[in-house]
Parts: sequence; structure tokens; C-alpha cells
Amino acid sequence: MSIRFANKPGLVAYLTAGDPDLKTTHAIALAAIDAGADVIELGVPFSDPVADGPVIQRASERALARGTRLADVLELGKELRAARPDAGLVIFSYYNPILRFGLEKFCSAAAEAGMDGVLVTDMIVEEADEYLAYLAKHRLAPIFLAAPTSPDARLERIAAASKGFVYAISRTGITGTQKSLAADAESLVKRLRQYTNLPIAVGFGVSNAEHFATVGEFADAAVVGSAIVALIEKSESADAPSSIARFIQGLRAPAMQAR
Amino acid sequence: MASSTEVNKTATLSQSTTGAQRPGRFGIYGGRYVPETLVAALDELEHAYAEAQGDPAFHARLDSLLSDYAGRPTPLYFAERLTEALGGAKIYLKREDLLHTGAHKINNCIGQGLLAQRMDKHRIIAETGAGQHGVATATVCALLGMECVVYMGEEDMHRQELNVYRMRLLGAEVRGVSSGSKTLKDAINEAMRDWVTNVRTTHYLLGSVLGAHPYPAMVRDFHRVIGKEARQQIQEKEGRLPTAVIACVGGGSNAIGAFYEFIPDKNVRLIGVEAGGRGPKLGEHAARFQGGAPGVLQGTYSYVLQDDDGQIALTHSVSAGLDYASVGPEHAALHDSGRAEYVSATDEDALAATVKLARMEGILPALESAHAVAECIRMAPSLAAYEILLVNLSGRGDKDMGILSRELKLKGA
Repeated sequence: MSIRFANKPGLVAYLTAGDPDLKTTHAIALAAIDAGADVIELGVPFSDPVADGPVIQRASERALARGTRLADVLELGKELRAARPDAGLVIFSYYNPILRFGLEKFCSAAAEAGMDGVLVTDMIVEEADEYLAYLAKHRLAPIFLAAPTSPDARLERIAAASKGFVYAISRTGITGTQKSLAADAESLVKRLRQYTNLPIAVGFGVSNAEHFATVGEFADAAVVGSAIVALIEKSESADAPSSIARFIQGLRAPAMQAR
Repeated sequence: MASSTEVNKTATLSQSTTGAQRPGRFGIYGGRYVPETLVAALDELEHAYAEAQGDPAFHARLDSLLSDYAGRPTPLYFAERLTEALGGAKIYLKREDLLHTGAHKINNCIGQGLLAQRMDKHRIIAETGAGQHGVATATVCALLGMECVVYMGEEDMHRQELNVYRMRLLGAEVRGVSSGSKTLKDAINEAMRDWVTNVRTTHYLLGSVLGAHPYPAMVRDFHRVIGKEARQQIQEKEGRLPTAVIACVGGGSNAIGAFYEFIPDKNVRLIGVEAGGRGPKLGEHAARFQGGAPGVLQGTYSYVLQDDDGQIALTHSVSAGLDYASVGPEHAALHDSGRAEYVSATDEDALAATVKLARMEGILPALESAHAVAECIRMAPSLAAYEILLVNLSGRGDKDMGILSRELKLKGA
């Protein structure tokens, strides 16, 4: 199990695999890890990403236009594992590509590729019996989302079903950057903390150093997705890895100084 | 958590989502595959609906609006000239096209509108394909004094332009969706994104038997009145049940409404007609039971038109209301059990059926409903005169005048 947050606060970096192409995603992931990302979420592009805002929708469209398949994402994960044995690596997907691939075949392939965990955006604990059984069989950590709208009884179930970390959604809404962090986030983390000792990572709308430092005050880690994907969208492929490395270092620098 | 032997037993794709005993399941289909943020709202809706079902005041208000406002019961009409022309089975049309707003969709909109009131949610969002659900939603929001936002694919806004004007006239905001194929699926994606963002104040008035539990069962219940009336009416007129009930299937709300009361009548065939579009190639049609495979789209496990990677396929139909990559989960279960049969009619079949019904009976069907009429026209001649075909005429075709004039070249010299 390589999901550890060595740095405080920890950083989970989301990348849409295959945007702009798999080779660049590979280089960006290594640069992100080397710049201090504890966990990389490798996003499997999907045609109908209902939980995502425009930035990640566009990234998915670009990745699909390049023909990126789930098998390619697993292969990319395997290469990253070989290159960075200690990094946390999570497959992030909607359920249908996994179902079509075959749930068991997917779990087996993900484990073989050295992945640590799996996060499925449209999988909730009530539907997860088989999913959890296959993940457990292949020693993959199920990472579930917890929402500000989830009542305490659900948070307890979510915490009990999760391994690796729990992903707390900062606000009701889709992925995307925002100016300030919602007050929802801190109270959700507090409620969730009653039920788990796992690290809690806060995501959705965490996009700059100020947000990152704020999240660090009440959670173990922050997930940064759309801000990174937007930067990749703006960068030339050759420059993207160094841009992302600088961005990640910039997230942490003020937080470190504040301590 | 299942043991490893249980895991092995459920290793095939079609069984990977099991749990027939769980609520919200139709056989292996249905369920709830949504972002966590929506679960509390789905639970709230489920509870509000269960409570309303046990509340006589709710039923009284619903029934009164259905009769005095929407125009129920709708007639069951014997299409005598069409029957004679086809020279076979007797053809009856269940006239949902005569309802206020011009289609069956109003049944569900009144029901969910009243539920939204009970839940104290005053902002309503909806998706629409053909615009009939959007118009019905905008109508009910005007009636109940609620804010209304309708998501509609830009392609559909173009081909169902009249309905866009109607919705705006009724005070709704119509938001165009430019992603994907710019049709119904994309409108649902955008409505779900709105809902996940505004879930605390907003009710998503989903227009078909799709989406996460409790929508498929709840929307079906609001449309059951179609089959209840039709079953009684045919017995009054003919003293017996029909050979078959025929309905078009997009998401499948009018079909499930028409079928449901007949399910226990094992000798009544239930025939759903999907959009065969331009042909059998993936992307050219919306015949989920011919080209689709089980999968998860927009909250539910059902048949889905998709590629080998699980990416959702584009679809085509001349009828915007049938132009969708998945189908209601209860239809998937009825398909697998064999209780209902699913066939398809092409664009061309539907256009020909529209003209035939218009000229033989003076009834202009919606292009969606014309798919059911097409199957009836195909079947009737080979059946004996004592057989009865009951077609659910789910909507009227005024909205399609633009597309009909283009397709049928009604203009020109």
C-alpha cells in the first residue's frame, strides 16, 4: 500500500490520462510526483462525465479523440509504478468503462499494474458489494466520495467501506475551480472524522496555494484536479511537465513558510 | 462483502450488478449509480413519494388535475378506416395525444410537480428531447408557480423549434446544450450537473423511466393510468383484451405506462418499438435491444448503445424523443424475461406511418408515436379480423411540422 501522505498537507493530483496524449501524461505524472504529489489519480476519459465541469469534460474529449482506452491507462499506470515505486497511484473512472472491460478483469489488471486504489465517481456504497469484493480480492483500496449532503449515517458507511483515504467533496457541485473554498468542507471533514482514522482528502475547487493551505488546516490532504488540467490545456505538450511541477511547488511553498 | 466463491459465481458482465431483491431493481437492472452528492436528494424524493402514495389528499389533488386540467381519461378510438385499409386486425388508438400539452408527459409532470411542492422545492429543472417533456414541465411550473429551467440539446432545439418557443412563452428558461451529439443524452448530463450543484433547492423533474432509483418506478406509476384506462376501455368496447399493446420506446415512459396493467395478462403481447433510424450501424439508430449491451449510463444499469471501451455511442433518429443511447431499466428486465418484445421502425417507416395516419384518420401523430403506428401497420394485415391491436398514440405531431415539411418536401412546387 503506497497511499501515504508523507508531506503535510498531502497532495493528490488528478490527471486525465491521454490528455494531450499518453506520453505527455506519463511525463507530467512523473514531474508531479517529483514536485511533491503524494498520490496521482489517473483519470479514465469517459464520453459522459456527469460529475465533471467544463475543464475536465474538454480534457476527456481530447483524450478520447486520441483513442485513449482503459487498457492504455492501466499500461500507463504500470509504467509509472516501475518508474516511481513509492508513489500512490489510483485509477479514477466512471463505472461503465470498467463494467465493459469486465469488473474482475479490471481489478486483476489494475493490481498487476501496481495500482494502489480505485475511485469510481458514480459508485455509491449501497451498490458496491461485488465491486468491493473484487477490489478486496486484488488488494486494491476502494476510495469513496463523501459529500456535504451525505448525512452522518452515510458517512459512517462510506468511512467503513473506504481504504487508503476518504475523498471529501468541498461543496455540492461538479469539478472545477472556484474563488474561495466553501464552508461546507470543514464541517464535512469534522463529521467524517468521527468515523475514521483514514486520511481525509478534500477536493473540488481546490485550485491555488491559499486554498491548499486552508485545506491543510483541517484535512490531511487536498485533491487538485481542474486547476492542473486547465494548466495542461494551456501549455505546449513539451512544457506541460515543468509547468505542472512549478504549479505544485507553488501550492506547497507558502504553506511551508507559514509553519 | 461477498466471499470469494460468491465472487466467482457472479463473474460475468451481465451479472456483475446483481441484487434483484434490492429496492430500485428490475431483475438485475436499475439501481443507483450517481455521484454521492445526489444520494440524499434521491432518498428524500423516495421518502416524499412513499409518503404521498399513502396520502389521500395527494391523490385527490393529482386526480383532479389529471381530469380537469390535463383532460383525462383520454379516449380509446377505433380507427375504422385504417383498419379497413389494412384488412386485418382491428386497430384502436389510445389518444394520449389529446392531453393538454399534446402528449402523455403531462401525467408525470403533474405528479412530480406536486411532489416538489411537498418537498418545498420551488426550482424545477428538466431535460427534454422532443420538447414534449419540457413543455409539460414548463406548463406545470406555470400552474404551480415554480421557477423552471429546461436543458435541451442544440440539435433538438433546432428540430423542435416550436416547442422551444412554447417553453419560453410559458416562462421557462431553455438552456441549449452543445456537448456530444447535442441531443437528449447531453441534455440529461447537463441537467444532472445542475442538480448536483443546486440539489438543496432544486427538484430534477426527470421525464422518463430512466435515471437512478426512485425515478424509473415513480415515473412509471404516474403513467400507469394510461394502461389502466385502456384496459378498461377495450373491455367495455370489445368485451375482451387486445392481442397486443404497441408503444414507442425512447426512455420508455409511455410504453411502460401502457404496458404495466397488462403484464399479468399473459396472452396480451407487449410490443415496444425503438428507433431504427437510418440503419443498423452503431451511431445510425437508437435500437438499444438490437445493438446495445448492459451498462451504466446516467444513474441506472440497463441496455446501452456503447463501443467496446464502454464509451457511449452517438445515436440517430428522425424523432428527437427516441434518440437516446439507453432505455428504462424495467424495459431491460421485460426484454430479458421475454414478457415484452422489442422491435424497431426506421425513420422512413415512421414518416410513412405519419402520412398514412394523417390521411386515413385525420390524426397527426408525433414522430415518436409514429414508430408505434408503423409497427401496427406492419402487423395488422397478417392478423385475423377478430384480433385487436391497441396502439398508444403518445403524442401529437404539431411540433414536428418543421421536420415533416423538410422530410416530406411538402413545400416547393
